Amino acid sequence: MNSHESITAPLSARRRTWNGAVRALLYAAAALICALLVFLIGYILYRGVPNLSWQFLSSEESVINDIEGILPSILNTLYVIVATLIFILPLGVGSAIYLTEYATNKKLVSVIEFATETLSGMPSIIFALVGMMVFCQAVGLGTSLLAGAFSLVMMTLPTIIRTTQESLKTVPQSYREGSLALGSGKWHMIRTVVLPSSIDGIVTGCILSIGRIVGESAVLMFTAGMGMRMAFGGDTVAKFLDNFFGAAGSTLTVSLYVYAKERADFDHAFAVAVVLLAIALVINLAAKLAGKKLKKN
Amino acid sequence: MTDKTIIEARDLDLYYSDNHALKGVSIAIPQHQITALIGPSGCGKSTFLKTLNRMNDLVPGVRITGTIEYNGEDIYGRDVDVTRLRKQIGMVFQKANPFPMSIYDNVAYGPRTHGIRGKAKLDAIVERSLRDAAIWDEVKDRLNKSALGLSGGQQQRLCIARALAVEPDVILMDESTSALDPISTSKIEDLAMELKSRYTVIMVTHNMQQAVRVSDNTAFFLLGELVEYGETERIFSHPQDKRTEDYITGRFG
Ligand SMILES: Nc1ncnc2c1ncn2[C@@H]1O[C@H](COP(=O)(O)OP(=O)(O)OP(=O)(O)O)[C@@H](O)[C@H]1O
Ligand SMILES: [Mg+2]
Repeated sequence: MNSHESITAPLSARRRTWNGAVRALLYAAAALICALLVFLIGYILYRGVPNLSWQFLSSEESVINDIEGILPSILNTLYVIVATLIFILPLGVGSAIYLTEYATNKKLVSVIEFATETLSGMPSIIFALVGMMVFCQAVGLGTSLLAGAFSLVMMTLPTIIRTTQESLKTVPQSYREGSLALGSGKWHMIRTVVLPSSIDGIVTGCILSIGRIVGESAVLMFTAGMGMRMAFGGDTVAKFLDNFFGAAGSTLTVSLYVYAKERADFDHAFAVAVVLLAIALVINLAAKLAGKKLKKN
Repeated sequence: MTDKTIIEARDLDLYYSDNHALKGVSIAIPQHQITALIGPSGCGKSTFLKTLNRMNDLVPGVRITGTIEYNGEDIYGRDVDVTRLRKQIGMVFQKANPFPMSIYDNVAYGPRTHGIRGKAKLDAIVERSLRDAAIWDEVKDRLNKSALGLSGGQQQRLCIARALAVEPDVILMDESTSALDPISTSKIEDLAMELKSRYTVIMVTHNMQQAVRVSDNTAFFLLGELVEYGETERIFSHPQDKRTEDYITGRFG
């Protein structure tokens, strides 16, 4: 027989002080984080916003006319994002689909999964070094945004494979069986049932990859160049294309580095920081929104 | 039985790696009748059912010997197109598994898969299938709502409608009522009996009363063997094998 204990017995004094101490600690930690965050954002805004202007965002720098501008860096950043995505989307999503839906050799799959996991945790400076050796030198792209994009492909591919695999694995097996039992072919089943129910995770993964690309600096300093002048354009088509594929220059993170470390121009470094902060905010909101919106159905 | 045989298994053995799950099963299933598969848990009922539409192909390490003929053709033959086979031998699972789409899209999924386009055509198929599955009245005003919002019993009938929409010849049901309340269960039983004029139904059930109520023939499996097979009435009134008798009288299993 078990005796009936009252459930309303008051907590012992020791228990109460313990609970109190834990709670106080948690509050302190939360307050510290919040304070840190507010300080960080506040400080960046305080230092950066006064130096931000439409002209700064929309022009190319010119020493003669005494104009500061980061339009080239903004364009370079966009270029690198698009060039990288063009490769990692089909490659990453494709490999993830192959690994989770088609591959039958479980051992090989787990080796590959281990490798992607390891690679996605590697310091980016290693990708910078390898990218410089391989794409700039061995392949002969020289220092260029394209070489930078290829190096970023190496860096982000493991991540996008992993996130896509994770979201494919959340699709219940019963959906797959239900589709196949109706006489679907495998690819039809994947296209009509598996991808639609994992698309939110895949899109979120892609958006977070964009975040990594925007935030990366080491890889691009090594491979894509640090110039702040406009690298695109040209008066003939051939020249334009040549510039388009051979362009080299700094992205936003790299130009922040140039302003701060090479020119000791902290005002403009902080202005760039504000732009990066805004982009990070937009990316995170987009990831959240995409996840929510696509999940609905 | 004088009726036409639609599916015939001969000396069927199935191994999951080294687990011998079906042992020398031979059985002839007549067209336009309901055949019930009974037996204790783990005896191979689901395994046998899944050999009929080759859903076992999805399990790594499965090995099958013997033959299964569907309308006289070996379904494990060289030139068999599994998608065509599964179009003709449909399946309803134990757990309702509607896709996370609208009710309409769930039912239209199969026809679309098999190349049927055109709204009028699909509308007609969807309505007919939902009516046949006795769920039309409950869902006709919410066809564009998500199928996941239906009750368990409704979801299962939707899955039946989804299976009917591709106009199969044979419907395999694996304990398709085991998770349902008595009212939904009896709806689905009535449905199965109505459908048999047009379809052949093979159902796994743990429920002896259900087998007696709805099936024409019963097959009793034990430890991977087909112990006894015959008309349901005969099996339940005069079982010939001691093990069958023990099972249907509830002495084990
Ligand atoms: N995918 C699988 N991989 C390996 N072994 C399996 C697999 N599916 C079933 N088995 C084994 O095969 C045997 C038969 O299983 P099966 O699912 O056919 O039984 P069942 O008669 O349907 O049982 P239940 O009434 O519990 O559903 C069992 O020993 C089971 O463990
Ligand atoms: Mg079973």
